[in-house]
Amino acid sequence: MDDRTYKTVGQPCRKKDSMQLLLGKPVYTDDVVPKGALTVMLLRSPHPHAMIRSIDTSIAKKVPGVVDIYTWQDVPQTRFAIGGQTYPEPSPYDRLILDRHIRFSGDPVAIIAAENEKAARRAMRLVKVDYEILPAITDPHEALDNPVLIHPEEDWVPPCPVGGDNRRNLVASGVEKDGDVEKVLDDCDIVLDRTYHTKAFQQAMMETFRTYTEMDRYGRLHVISSTQIVFHCRRILARALGIPKSRIRVEKPRIGGGFGAKQTAVCEVYPAFVTLKTGRPAEIIYTREECQIAGSPRHEMEVRVRLGANRDGHIRALDVYTLSNTGAYGEHGPTTVGLSGHKSIPLYTGGLEAFRFGYDVVYTNLQPAGAYRGYGATQGIFAVESAVNELAERLHIDPTEIRDRNMVREGMMMPAYYNEPANACALDRCMARCKELFDWEHRYPVREMGNGKVRTAGVAMAMQGSCISNLDVGSATLKLSDDGTYNLIIGAADMGPGCDTILAQMVAECMDCPLDSVAVFGADTDTSPYDSGSYASSTTYVTGKAVEMACTQLKEKICEIAAQMLDCDAAELTFAGDCVRNEHTGASVSLEDISYKSQANCSVAAQTTATHSSPVSPPPFMVGMAEIELDRLTGQVTLLDYVAVVDCGTPINPALARIQAEGGIVQGIGMTLSENVTYNSAGRPIESSFLQYKLPTRLDMGHLRVEFESSNEPTGPFGAKSIGEIVINTPAPAIAHAIYRATGVWHRELPITPEAIAMDTPLT
Amino acid sequence: MEIKIRLNGRPVSDRVEPDTLLIDFLRDHGCLSVKRGCETSNCGLCTVFMDDKPILSCSMLAARADGHSITTLEGLQDEAADFVGFIADQGADQCGFCNPGFVMNTIALLRENPDPTDDDIRAFLAGNLCRCSGYEGQLRGIRNYLNQRKERLNGRQDV
Amino acid sequence: MLTIQNYVRAQSLEQAYELNQKKSSRIIGGMMWLKMQNNTVNTAIDLCDLGLDTIEETEDAFSIGAMVTLRALEQHPGLNTYTQGAVKRAMESIVGVQFRNMATVGGSIFGRFGFSDVLTVFLAMDTEVEMFHAGRIPLEQFAEMPQDRDILVRLIVKKKPGRFAYESMRSTRTDLPTLTCAASVMDGEHRVVLGARPMRAMVLRDEEGLLREGISLTSAHTFAVWAAEHTPTDSNVRGSAAYRTRLARVLTERAILELGGLEQGEMEDGN
Repeated sequence: MDDRTYKTVGQPCRKKDSMQLLLGKPVYTDDVVPKGALTVMLLRSPHPHAMIRSIDTSIAKKVPGVVDIYTWQDVPQTRFAIGGQTYPEPSPYDRLILDRHIRFSGDPVAIIAAENEKAARRAMRLVKVDYEILPAITDPHEALDNPVLIHPEEDWVPPCPVGGDNRRNLVASGVEKDGDVEKVLDDCDIVLDRTYHTKAFQQAMMETFRTYTEMDRYGRLHVISSTQIVFHCRRILARALGIPKSRIRVEKPRIGGGFGAKQTAVCEVYPAFVTLKTGRPAEIIYTREECQIAGSPRHEMEVRVRLGANRDGHIRALDVYTLSNTGAYGEHGPTTVGLSGHKSIPLYTGGLEAFRFGYDVVYTNLQPAGAYRGYGATQGIFAVESAVNELAERLHIDPTEIRDRNMVREGMMMPAYYNEPANACALDRCMARCKELFDWEHRYPVREMGNGKVRTAGVAMAMQGSCISNLDVGSATLKLSDDGTYNLIIGAADMGPGCDTILAQMVAECMDCPLDSVAVFGADTDTSPYDSGSYASSTTYVTGKAVEMACTQLKEKICEIAAQMLDCDAAELTFAGDCVRNEHTGASVSLEDISYKSQANCSVAAQTTATHSSPVSPPPFMVGMAEIELDRLTGQVTLLDYVAVVDCGTPINPALARIQAEGGIVQGIGMTLSENVTYNSAGRPIESSFLQYKLPTRLDMGHLRVEFESSNEPTGPFGAKSIGEIVINTPAPAIAHAIYRATGVWHRELPITPEAIAMDTPLT
Repeated sequence: MEIKIRLNGRPVSDRVEPDTLLIDFLRDHGCLSVKRGCETSNCGLCTVFMDDKPILSCSMLAARADGHSITTLEGLQDEAADFVGFIADQGADQCGFCNPGFVMNTIALLRENPDPTDDDIRAFLAGNLCRCSGYEGQLRGIRNYLNQRKERLNGRQDV
Repeated sequence: MLTIQNYVRAQSLEQAYELNQKKSSRIIGGMMWLKMQNNTVNTAIDLCDLGLDTIEETEDAFSIGAMVTLRALEQHPGLNTYTQGAVKRAMESIVGVQFRNMATVGGSIFGRFGFSDVLTVFLAMDTEVEMFHAGRIPLEQFAEMPQDRDILVRLIVKKKPGRFAYESMRSTRTDLPTLTCAASVMDGEHRVVLGARPMRAMVLRDEEGLLREGISLTSAHTFAVWAAEHTPTDSNVRGSAAYRTRLARVLTERAILELGGLEQGEMEDGN
């Protein structure tokens, strides 16, 4: 941490919306929109791959209350992508609002607009569809160059060159390297060659996807949506609907969780289309089942790691190849895969002589994937961290020591991370502190507890980014109000973690005022300054920097106005929080008076907008340790204790940073132990409800302890890096490690179910 | 059909369909704190009290509630305000979508068991899913509230 | 989505029974599972006005009305004293308190769901169901009968002195069970009940007399091996048949040892 002391930054302030949320006030999409909107529901294909021969809606349209039903013949024919990414998107334009070509079980076939849900459901049963069933590809290994093409269309457009080819079912492909990895591997004492598999896990935010649309008083399409990406959403809708962006306004109210799911415009286009067609307000609310079968889950990935090391534990080479399954559409396919290498290999910059990272991203006839916290890093880190644990166990070296010998340290250049320097890196301190806090020495050994039960522990490290470097744009508008307080207007989306509050804390710090003097508004494409949106762990780091800059600019403007009042040069004035003072004369004017002055005979705006982009994406770092009790007879894993120490630079709000870490760890525990994804014969997830898709309850996560080892990131606001995503990355490799310790078996596929564990442990 | 209930202490009567679920009836009657998170009775977001017992309003027919007393968070603002600040101090409110159900069930717990252990708390609230907070902050918040309440009560006894 | 055309609060069991004779009628219990069905019910019959929501305890039996909630079972002092807490253990992993405040014992038992903890634990006791039309039927017999249009009025549990134990395996603590296991010894008769196989719970008695000499580490193990061999299992999303067979053995052994006041020894080979 830098050695400046702060008043508001670094304080565990309550979230500005806390009491509203905790007292159940109506602040979410379905709470704030007017009643009486048309209910929009989607008829979905039961088949994974089919061509619609014909579709008959005539009987369904006669159901009382049904307003209209739309099919592929009714929609615009311009392909688009719904991933929330900066233009031009790396994701291919491979969708239509409704397509004749059905690509997964759950792909929409018809949009039903009705006065109420009952009518819509009745109509849904009465739409007659004649499908020509096509052979489906559900195994990503079989996708590449399969004669069955999932996107044979001529108008398939990749806006960016990412190595994809729709004639090969290939969304993206690439390889990057440094040094001669084969040569170094040949020279190593030991080479591990292991393949790891992670599934299409669901974000399972508590508020399902939902959007309301209406024509506003100017005849523009007004979209109120639970989204992380208001600006991208506007652009996506404009292209999909074939209307100018100037005719669309997108805003978000409070969001009931996102975790990346709402970085994709999963459902916005359907009610928007209905409103354009009917002129009437329309609302779609996905059921939990729709979220589970037609949402935007994590990309299933198979990651092969070849790790070369010397007998003394020196890790010399890493060769990582990832096969990523993007499902039926390519959203986030070309980008998530990158993180599986970029956020795993650099952890071992310490002694690495060479690396190679290659990947292919393929289409299959499964639910399309999207963005989920960790965004490919989670998958890659599970693989690389597990391989390192395998190495440590094989060499009988303590896995924390093998990491101490090889980890990236402050000041190192990271060839596998775009040659960025590790300006701020407390990974070594995280490891030391985590060991101490966890009591690694006593918990790591395998301890027999009787009754078939055994206790032991595992460890993993992680990193992430703090934005998409040279791309993400964060902006902040700061206004001085009548009474000397401030309005902060942002385009980033607080989906719960508290960026509204964190950014306001930065304003309070810079402007030397109480946190309560900063009101925050966001996000609305009509009024917010442009922001890429809340994803890629970027809001604190990128938008935060914009806030800092806006504060500096606004102080100058305030001084300029004050100079008119004090009849002096602005350069003679000092901004002092509640007033502006001339140090030479001792004269001062209060902020309140300045704000009134700004409203009368004044040509200086008492507001400013600052925008920031970063050429680097400084990684936060983390160490996680898990203690488990494993029942060798049933395979049951009981998590006892999870300790994590995180380096996120300066935690701007330690309470919120801590909750981020705890929440991410529990999500990581879920995907490691209980959240499974299996498919029926149509390629539809069997775990289509919370009855089957088992999120951890508060009885399933043991005891969590989180601490921070601060570092000072020179490019971040107040030395901050990111916290939002990294926190999901350590549980899988750490728990898999502990399970190996308890059973002698490495489980290389997630989730590691009790059955998988038990059936590898013979009963006598 | 017509039903009559006491909703947050006030008599309400209205026509409902035989299959109207209580959650939809409540949201239609302005109780927007009541949230739906699943369709399989698994998440606890829709928790309300029927005759002071916590139930899942997504699984209760409005018709069945006829003649009963229903309480939502709208009707327990003061009792909730007493302790939710402690959750806020932990930052454990997060996205907030599960908060009303969680707060309702915590109130039910504390009415039934004013001095619960951590394990009692975990067990009673097991049916309230939260995807953001990782649960630990919620527990710390409840624990801090209980400690503070104990101190307050002890203080009173000293006087 | 469940569609209901008429809702009737029955004012007598006779009326409920009459209404229920139509195929499109349904008695509603807790509504927990019924609600998830994509189905149309012509008449939903609610028994909530019939006073069936009480547990009556006499010197030699419990009489448990069909509308008694799982939460009431979990918290009933008499029932839990009698079963040494086995009833509480069987209930406390079922979803959550709110769910258990609604789900009814009648709905659980009448449904005879494969995954039912409730059916499993009551099969370990000397339980009868009282049907409105058919009268009293031993639960063990009822568990094997197909669903008909009769109405379950109450459960009667005879307080035969005994010891009870309950075990289940779940992927998360409140998930549906992968396997349930209740064990009891009443009047010297040992029983083990295995449910969520995933088929309905079934009762096994110590036909071979493996526990005749009393419960020891060895006899519990031998009996568990025998029980697992005699318990048909199948596969579904929660587990394979082979895994369930393994669990049948492990849980049976643990439950039997608990009856005997013993702890399980090491069972695996010495790796």
